[in-house]
Amino acid sequence: MKDFKHIGTNTGKIDALSLATGQSMFVDDISFPDMLQLKFLYSPHAHAIIEDIDTTLAEKYPGVGMVLTYKNTSRVIHTTAGQGWPEPSPYDTYMFNRKMRYIGDRVAAVAAETEEIAQEALNLIKVQYKVLPAVLDMEDAMKDEAPIIHDEPEVKGAYDPKRNLAAHILVKVGNVEKGFAESDVVVEDTFEVPYAQHCPIEPHVTITYLDEYGRIVIRTSTQVPFHVRRIVAQVLDIPVQKIRVIKPRIGGGFGVKQEIILEDVCAYITMKTGKPTRALYTREEEFVSSRTRHQMKVNVKIGAKKDGTFNAVRMYVLSNTGAYGTHALTVASNAGSKTLPLYNKAPNVEYIADVVYTNLPIAGAYRGYGATQGYACLEQVVDEVAHKLELTPLEIRKKNHIKSGETSPIFRALGEGREGVTQYMQSCALDELIEKGAKEIGWFEKYGKKTRNGSKVRGIGMSIHMQGSAIPLVDMGAATLKMNEDASFNLMYGGTDLGTGLDTIAAQIVAETLGIKPEQVIVYAADTDLTPFDVGAYASSGTFISGGAVLRAAMKIREQIFEVAKEMFGEHDERDFVLEDGKVTSKKTGKFVTLSEIAYQTLYVKNQHQIAATGSMVSPYSPPPFAAHFVEIEVDEETGIITPIKYVTAVDCGTPLNPELVRGQIIGALVNGLSYALFEEYKFTDSGRMIGSNFMEYRIPSTRDIPEIVPIIVRTYEPTGPYGAKSVAEININGPIPAIGNALYDALGVRVHKVPYIPERVLEAIRNKK
Amino acid sequence: MRVCYSINGKKKEFEINAGEVLLDVLRRNGYFEVKGNCYTGTCGACTVLIDGLPYTSCTMLAAKVDGSEITTIKGIGTLQNPHPLQKAFVEKGAVQCGFCTPGTILVAYALLKNNPDPTDDDIKKMLDGNLCRCTGYVQQIEAVKLAAKMLKKGDE
Repeated sequence: MKDFKHIGTNTGKIDALSLATGQSMFVDDISFPDMLQLKFLYSPHAHAIIEDIDTTLAEKYPGVGMVLTYKNTSRVIHTTAGQGWPEPSPYDTYMFNRKMRYIGDRVAAVAAETEEIAQEALNLIKVQYKVLPAVLDMEDAMKDEAPIIHDEPEVKGAYDPKRNLAAHILVKVGNVEKGFAESDVVVEDTFEVPYAQHCPIEPHVTITYLDEYGRIVIRTSTQVPFHVRRIVAQVLDIPVQKIRVIKPRIGGGFGVKQEIILEDVCAYITMKTGKPTRALYTREEEFVSSRTRHQMKVNVKIGAKKDGTFNAVRMYVLSNTGAYGTHALTVASNAGSKTLPLYNKAPNVEYIADVVYTNLPIAGAYRGYGATQGYACLEQVVDEVAHKLELTPLEIRKKNHIKSGETSPIFRALGEGREGVTQYMQSCALDELIEKGAKEIGWFEKYGKKTRNGSKVRGIGMSIHMQGSAIPLVDMGAATLKMNEDASFNLMYGGTDLGTGLDTIAAQIVAETLGIKPEQVIVYAADTDLTPFDVGAYASSGTFISGGAVLRAAMKIREQIFEVAKEMFGEHDERDFVLEDGKVTSKKTGKFVTLSEIAYQTLYVKNQHQIAATGSMVSPYSPPPFAAHFVEIEVDEETGIITPIKYVTAVDCGTPLNPELVRGQIIGALVNGLSYALFEEYKFTDSGRMIGSNFMEYRIPSTRDIPEIVPIIVRTYEPTGPYGAKSVAEININGPIPAIGNALYDALGVRVHKVPYIPERVLEAIRNKK
Repeated sequence: MRVCYSINGKKKEFEINAGEVLLDVLRRNGYFEVKGNCYTGTCGACTVLIDGLPYTSCTMLAAKVDGSEITTIKGIGTLQNPHPLQKAFVEKGAVQCGFCTPGTILVAYALLKNNPDPTDDDIKKMLDGNLCRCTGYVQQIEAVKLAAKMLKKGDE
């Protein structure tokens, strides 16, 4: 293990004090006097055609700037998924359309002087719908008699729209049927996980305006500024050159802001009216008309030998992408590709996924990105195999999990929406994670004991996980550094810190590489005019890709500094130089020069030039972080209430570049996963309307909901990551569903096959057992 | 109608519409440090102190608190001279996206005024109405405890 000065230290998050003192600027923290306010009219029907729409009264209403419908807006079919180009999501969306595909689909929009006027004008729009039969159930969507949701001929990239199939995946390694036949035990089970929402406390918000040259500036709460620029250019049919996207501080994203939802509409109004335009989703709109997690039904079948070795693993995923196919293919890919390689001992593996359209809200990217759903089932079936073979959950996992130096054929067979890239594990501490986590939870004293206190029974459960670090050979990020007189450096990069602390990590990487302090790095991100390209914050790519780009830029700066030092020292070999504490020292001669002197020399004195460099990062590697989750619960047999008592998560994310920030990522993801396991889910009426689209009825966890949480960081060194780092942001959302499910089984011998584990379902499972 | 507040110690007069909530009045007049938009009082991001007590400004009628003293996050500390709670939130990693932070710190501020030595349970109960989707709360609770310690040592 290497010794670092700034890497691995708890450098305070560089924007934290500004945020904590209310100085920081979010999207909505500016205002223009003549700004138009945008409001939307939504479809009241799950499936309908607009037969007639009359906007005359709305247009004449005083204070209205513009009314938008399918009649007067762009007719470019596209995907709203903010993914790399060409996007793996189907092109099935128009800015506005005649066909309505869910309750919450956009009928029209009004831009007016105030939000109240916009709302009043919306009420004046007359719409005649031809209501069509709707399909609200995943299985029904695939039936022959199901209504076709995407019947427009322009749809491109959907697998089989006539059968409501947005995507389909089939990957085979070996022969699973033969594998099952040759196994000593075969176990199969199915678990269903529901619609859920990211709930960033800052909802989607966009402000657009024209700059002094008539270019459109889009100030927006996004995880993907460069994809926003590209997709808005596509939808508005204008050159990328005409658009500047600025990402200020962002109030959380978790995947929901990897999507172009408001930007194209606001930009269109600004383009047509010349006026600044603002759109801010209400909490209800955030729930109904932004994006959600893909509801999935996951079936896993495992065949194992008597000694516990897996012989065949099959996973079938039925995924609901809702009304449009954003991230349909790739989230389904990851339900397999981020889970199945964990058990690489099985020679026979099959992964099948069907992703269906339904007339329900639109699914999208959400922290965990399919892996959460895959693990919900896989890690409970692994426990079931263990029980059948009378092995412990720890034994069966230790026998089958992937280890350092190993690979899995799944890495190559199943990429993100296409073939993947072979990966060999260069850092993997799973055995240590299991060992340390088991010790902390008291596994050996508590497992199988079912301690009882009246109607309350204790149980413990565990699960293990992997994720990735960016999409190999797809995700790219770049960073530019330039040097100033006082040895401060401007770092301009496209990386998109949405609260994670990426900007701080970036400053630490520069400081470590250039022998300066993190405070000497002035971080600016992200702005498509001023910072180089970066795909954005998704796929657990921030540290690995954006951070990797920063490291490459800093390494180039280092070389440039050494070139100047050579000249100043009259020496020739940079291997004699040490760069630390703000100066270059020659070990050979003892001469030294401060970085500030080097800056003055190059800017004003001799061989004048700007010390500056741009580094890009794209990688064939996507090293998985690993985690072992352990939970102790108390379940009340009379009420069905599950209370988590203690949660331990042991995590290998390579070098924790900033342990305090790593801890924040671990706990934050974990608590989100806990509430998904225990209480978060969308409920719909029979007509497909979401019930309770507010924080009173759709509850997210508060301080009172959290158990004792113990994160354990096990340090490894990942040679392909910046200073040995791997990702950490997503992985820990995946554990609570299976770990609590396994703990429930430990306590009561029952499984709840539909998540979340609300009291009614727990009681039903108890009744069914009896 | 006109209302008069003392905001962070400065007298201010605003023209408001009847029925307007305090959050909208404050933000319209440039107090962008007050966040939030749930308008149901459930997320807590819009919390301000009204005569020293925390209220969600999205559900508080602006007219109702005419004549009150209002404290926003900028009223308890600045970049140059932060309050111990603000320092502790930075030190403990309790700020991620930071959107909920001003409201949460103001509630913690009110807590520590009344209870300088709160237990975990006291903190959990008091911060119950301030939703945070990033941190999972653990570091926020640690930060409030650290701030309590700092305040006792007289680090104000």
